[in-house]
Amino acid sequence: MMNLTILGANSDVAMATARRFAQSKMISSLCLASRDLELLERNANDIQVRYDIPVKAVVFNALDYTSHARFYQQLDPKPDIVVLAFGLLGDQQNAQSSFEEAHRIIDSNFSGAVSILEVVAADFERRRQGIIIGISSVAGERGRQSNYIYGASKAALTAYLSGLRNRLFKSQVHVLTVLPGFINTKMNRHLQLPGLLTASPDDVANDIFKAYLKSKNLIYTLWFWRWIMAIIKSIPEPFFKKMSL
Amino acid sequence: MKLSGWGCYPIIECAAHLFEKRSTAAALLSAGDDWIAYGQGKSYGDSALAPHVLLTQEYNKLIDFDAQTGVVTCECGITLAELIDLFLPRGWFLKVTPGTKLISVGGAIASDVHGKNHHAEGCFSESVISLRLMLPDGTIASCSREENVPLFRATCGGMGLTGVILDATLQLKAVNSAYIRENIIPCANLDEVFVQYDRCSHYPYSVAWIDCLAGGSSLGRSILMVGDHDDDGELTLPEAKRLSVPVTCPSFLLNNYTLSMFNQIYYRVKGKPAQRQRVPLETFFYPLDKIDHWNRMYGKAGFVQYQCVLPMATSYKGMKALLQQISAAGMGSFLAVIKLFGPQNENFLSFPMEGYTLALDFKIQPKLFGLLERLDRIVLEHDGRLYLTKDSRMSEAMFMQGYPRWREFQDLRTQYGMKKKFNSWQSKRIGL
Repeated sequence: MMNLTILGANSDVAMATARRFAQSKMISSLCLASRDLELLERNANDIQVRYDIPVKAVVFNALDYTSHARFYQQLDPKPDIVVLAFGLLGDQQNAQSSFEEAHRIIDSNFSGAVSILEVVAADFERRRQGIIIGISSVAGERGRQSNYIYGASKAALTAYLSGLRNRLFKSQVHVLTVLPGFINTKMNRHLQLPGLLTASPDDVANDIFKAYLKSKNLIYTLWFWRWIMAIIKSIPEPFFKKMSL
Repeated sequence: MKLSGWGCYPIIECAAHLFEKRSTAAALLSAGDDWIAYGQGKSYGDSALAPHVLLTQEYNKLIDFDAQTGVVTCECGITLAELIDLFLPRGWFLKVTPGTKLISVGGAIASDVHGKNHHAEGCFSESVISLRLMLPDGTIASCSREENVPLFRATCGGMGLTGVILDATLQLKAVNSAYIRENIIPCANLDEVFVQYDRCSHYPYSVAWIDCLAGGSSLGRSILMVGDHDDDGELTLPEAKRLSVPVTCPSFLLNNYTLSMFNQIYYRVKGKPAQRQRVPLETFFYPLDKIDHWNRMYGKAGFVQYQCVLPMATSYKGMKALLQQISAAGMGSFLAVIKLFGPQNENFLSFPMEGYTLALDFKIQPKLFGLLERLDRIVLEHDGRLYLTKDSRMSEAMFMQGYPRWREFQDLRTQYGMKKKFNSWQSKRIGL
């Protein structure tokens, strides 16, 4: 039986993932970590009542780097699976004129992830076990004018996870990179998403759970994003730069 | 954003807001008047439509469950379907369920919905131990049969006009099967319906589909379905197939001929002499939930569901008069139901009273509204009333005559300052 910790647990995908794992009866305890304790406690309670497993709610702030070691230290039991689910879409327009916004996007998606995952990785490496599931984005596959600051920070995260997987392989620690496309979530509510390409948080959670069972290294969710991104990546730069994406 | 109820009529431009925290709901309410909570949008007309709409779909978490007693506490946006999925496998079912499980707990309380067991168990509020209500000023009141009793009585069946139902503690009912033992009893006319209902009153569940287009000696011919929970210990439901009406149908598809044909066939197929069968609980309680968006069948203009109840003393005469009127007008539906209710409860605006209820769908068409007014007159002449949850067009006079306790309800609204803060298009139309 595994102990699961979810970082950034108030997001829709995180909650769906927590429910999917809890439902599987393969975990013995769940720890939800995020900034907003009121929301978190509601969510923790809900999963506990639904699936009859112990769930803890713990405050975690991805941007408060100095707190990360302490945060991890107080986790009891220590996790066997860590899902990194925090991130920030931000406002591209705003980020172009305000470095503060750009910085916030980069830190939320990348610096915060590096800071906490290094703490987790050190422990997993020492224990010679553990699984890290990092939720990045297909937006990191190629920069587009509509969200390249978000995309760049996710590209960095994807590269980081790849390196971490490489490093931890010899310690029997597994890293799964998840690249979701459009998801119907709170984060995207203001966007007009194309219905057929848009997944529900439950779809994504299902894909993550299946990939976990099969020890996949990297998945696209939904599956067709692998092919969409293959096409987008193959467009030669001279053409790509003229497109309005 | 444009919103409508299940009947797709009327469609109204509303400013709709989601919330996940009580503090967010309170902050929203403080900015402006004329709010109403909107759950799953399954009330048919305009009772959840207002200039400001508070969407409860994300306020849908479970708070507590006692596996010993079957008492569950949940936020109001959770659906009955979720509760069934979670607790039926553990041997618990809803004490009262309407004909769809795709509604929120908050909506079930605000409409004080009834089901096939009304004659035995009463309305949904019978399963509500307590609830918490957000008042106009954002404060929260606990309401039950012991605490804030008038608020409780006004809120159950109060159509969301007393505030926002935040969470509720419900008593579930222990069952030992996900299956129902069902008996099907054909009734050749209205007389037989009344006789059979009387004879079958010991069954906990009963409902009759009625062919409202049949006239003459077949007037009121029906198929009565009665049942009880099986006791076989099988608590898992079989995998259900889902169907969908993918697009809004052209409304001419539903006309007098197609409906009459459907009714004839349905009566022939279902109406074979007394059958017994064991059916999954979902088939028995929620036959239409299998078809996503079935409301699209009625076309773009939408439809109304007309549901009235007549007191026992006038039920037979009144039903006959209503059916004659409907059958003569040649406007009816395949979803018509006649059902016997038990005694009325103490809530100010709950719909059921002891007697018979008739519910049927009509697609919106110009000549419909004349017919509905004629039906209204018959209902009033027989001391009956219409169901607010189904309504999109009743007049103020019709409401006030049918619901004599509206004054107490209105006084309470005045006392708590609810009259400005909580209103729907319906409440304004009916003079609340």
